[in-house]
Amino acid sequence: MSGEKIVLAHGGGGRLTQELIRDVFLPAFANPALAALSDAAILAALPPGRPALTTDAFVVDPPVFPGGDLGYLSVCGTVNDLAVAGARPVALTWAVVLEEGLEIELLRTFVSGAARAAAEAGVAIVAGDTKVVPRGKGDRAYVTTAGLGVVPLGRELGDHRVAPGDAVLVSGPLGDHGATVMACRHKVEGERLRSDCAPLAGLVEALLGSGVEVHAMHDPTRGGIATTCHEVAAHAELVVALEQAAVPVRPEVRAVCELLGLDPLYVACEGRVVAFVAAGDADRAVAAMRGHPLGTGAARVGAVEARGAGRAPVVLRTIYNTERPLDLLAGAELPRIC
Amino acid sequence: MTDAGAYGDPRAVAAFATRIREAAERLSRRVTLMEVCGTHTHAIAAAGLRRLLPERVRLIAGPGCPVCVTPVEYVDRAEALARRPGTIVTTFGDLLRVPSSRGSLERVRAEGADVRIVYSPRDALQIAADNPAHTVVFLAVGFETTTPTVAAALAEAEARAVPNFMILSGHKVMPPPMRALARDAEVEVDAYLLPGHVSVIVGSRAFDFVAEEFGMPAAVVGFAPTDVMRAVEVLVGLLAAGRPEIVNLYSRVVTPEGNLTARALVNRFFTAADVVWRGLGNIPGSGLALRGEFAHRDAARIEVELPEPIEPAGCRCGEVLKGTIDPPECPLFGGICTPDAPVGACMVSSEGACAAWYRHERFAAGGAR
Amino acid sequence: MCLAVPMKLIERREALGVAELDGVRREVSLMLQPEVEVGDFVLVHAGYAIGVVDEAEANATLDLLRQAADSLGTP
Repeated sequence: MSGEKIVLAHGGGGRLTQELIRDVFLPAFANPALAALSDAAILAALPPGRPALTTDAFVVDPPVFPGGDLGYLSVCGTVNDLAVAGARPVALTWAVVLEEGLEIELLRTFVSGAARAAAEAGVAIVAGDTKVVPRGKGDRAYVTTAGLGVVPLGRELGDHRVAPGDAVLVSGPLGDHGATVMACRHKVEGERLRSDCAPLAGLVEALLGSGVEVHAMHDPTRGGIATTCHEVAAHAELVVALEQAAVPVRPEVRAVCELLGLDPLYVACEGRVVAFVAAGDADRAVAAMRGHPLGTGAARVGAVEARGAGRAPVVLRTIYNTERPLDLLAGAELPRIC
Repeated sequence: MTDAGAYGDPRAVAAFATRIREAAERLSRRVTLMEVCGTHTHAIAAAGLRRLLPERVRLIAGPGCPVCVTPVEYVDRAEALARRPGTIVTTFGDLLRVPSSRGSLERVRAEGADVRIVYSPRDALQIAADNPAHTVVFLAVGFETTTPTVAAALAEAEARAVPNFMILSGHKVMPPPMRALARDAEVEVDAYLLPGHVSVIVGSRAFDFVAEEFGMPAAVVGFAPTDVMRAVEVLVGLLAAGRPEIVNLYSRVVTPEGNLTARALVNRFFTAADVVWRGLGNIPGSGLALRGEFAHRDAARIEVELPEPIEPAGCRCGEVLKGTIDPPECPLFGGICTPDAPVGACMVSSEGACAAWYRHERFAAGGAR
Repeated sequence: MCLAVPMKLIERREALGVAELDGVRREVSLMLQPEVEVGDFVLVHAGYAIGVVDEAEANATLDLLRQAADSLGTP
């Protein structure tokens, strides 16, 4: 590879771009569709069912963190969007906008992270693109993806199916990703601080395959579980009531939140599922998730209720037997001193 | 602070709630307790503690949020500094979305200004050390808890000879507004919950004046739910017995004398100043300005062009801060003024009485089961 | 205006220290609490130790809370 840093010519389509593809992208993303290097990836026929398509953009500071990196995160995020919609991931595209001056070694880290996540998820990255912007015009790297999946016949998930009485379940402790990333930004350390970033297709299939009645699923990324619950409640004029005592948060994550003034209910996860299941199936659903390596911390954390007059869409029943609304965040959670 | 662990024990909280109800029976009228610390506002709302209090005991939030009381002129100046080429503005997260006359620091950052959130003033100093060709301005807001940390950062800047580190002081001190509130006939407060961490610095004795000059009981209080509930019980008891005393209920970290090292450091760099409190107007001696010998650290001396300050029309932040009205009584509350699009700073900071109310108290339903 | 957290001081090098809570650590300045020792619990605000936890007082408070909790259900 010529040189150690990305230069504008790497995005120009000429020799340097070819080098990048040949030496960095192809070896990592190796698969027949990509290797054909045509303008579009031609896939084998899709399995029966309804096609699902998602798109996402990713930027993270720091770009490498305990438990992942921008590349790993981007593939997990895309796969997870498909998985929680009930779609089996089939193929991904991966495009990156690089800032001039980025160390190529860092790009290799992102690419191998993306490849690793793709392998774990059983998907292929079949198409990609690279552009380079001048120094100062990009935050090291932005990744955008598209994900294609298939929702098997007979499977119908969505917020419209959520109903009063449904149980709210999570697949594990909350806030690991956001707390880890915030900790890195503000010089807080801890061996057990680690992003929960992971591809969830396997866990979702374990849950759906157990025969429980799942109405909807979400991955609580930006804005945490509180924001996720708002999305669901808004859809269907419902109340989502979380039980503070039941919400799992690891001690290290709680400590980071206390130190920086964050609320774990609003902190992002990148490897968790929030599932809304029929009331009677809650215990079996938790058991099904706990049977999967990524769901060992699964728990029931709340319930869905009908929206009465004057009731907030998302509420928290505190450990003091009081109820308070969990409001929709104005913007990203910021560390505070007050 | 922590909602788990012994200081958050729900059984202790329930016990205090029972005792408060019993103590309230001995009151001849409804009493109003005021807390003057944004962190208390937040902690009380987060645990829903107001729901546990009887009708006769009213707990209100006073002007304890340093972001809320930061005047529009300060944020305008901070924005103008951020727009200067070669300037990096560093700030606590709390200030990022406070409305200025033309926008906010968040908006000016979106326009390309270099505005960075830091957890500690020391981190801002390090940014200055790492960027010698830039002027790094730290937006120094906060009460007595925070001011010593800024003074310490300044001391370190002097010792390490980091010439490009400056601050824009918005620091304020607590006792003057409390005196102003106590003297204001419109304000009905019977007792104070005193800020626990301010007291770590100034000492519990610093609030003796509340009893001595104004005949009101007050308690130095920590931030856990048990701390707050115990304080309410004690204050109700003192009110019922007619005993205007100051009690230190946060003795695990608060001493009568406070932190002398911290105060000496603050005195080295700062001197008392008359400053404007948003909604309360000018309160003499209630602010801190950098001493003249540290002019080289004072970002207020940098020439910038400032807009005519715009106070939003109809905003009743001042009365909310004084505790004379509850947030919903402001005509803008929940309509034009929401956390998403705040008009006054009371809505911006999550501790601001309006934001806390919007997030936690707005909905009528909900209560102890 | 007072977000401060009690943490254990596990290391000290002159005016700097490392404080820890539940396996999470951060460097803190000890300029405002120069007399603290490794093993003390310090109150950390904005990256500085601003106060120190008095163990005896803390235990007294905890006893009081325990008594309150135990009194629940007592006629």
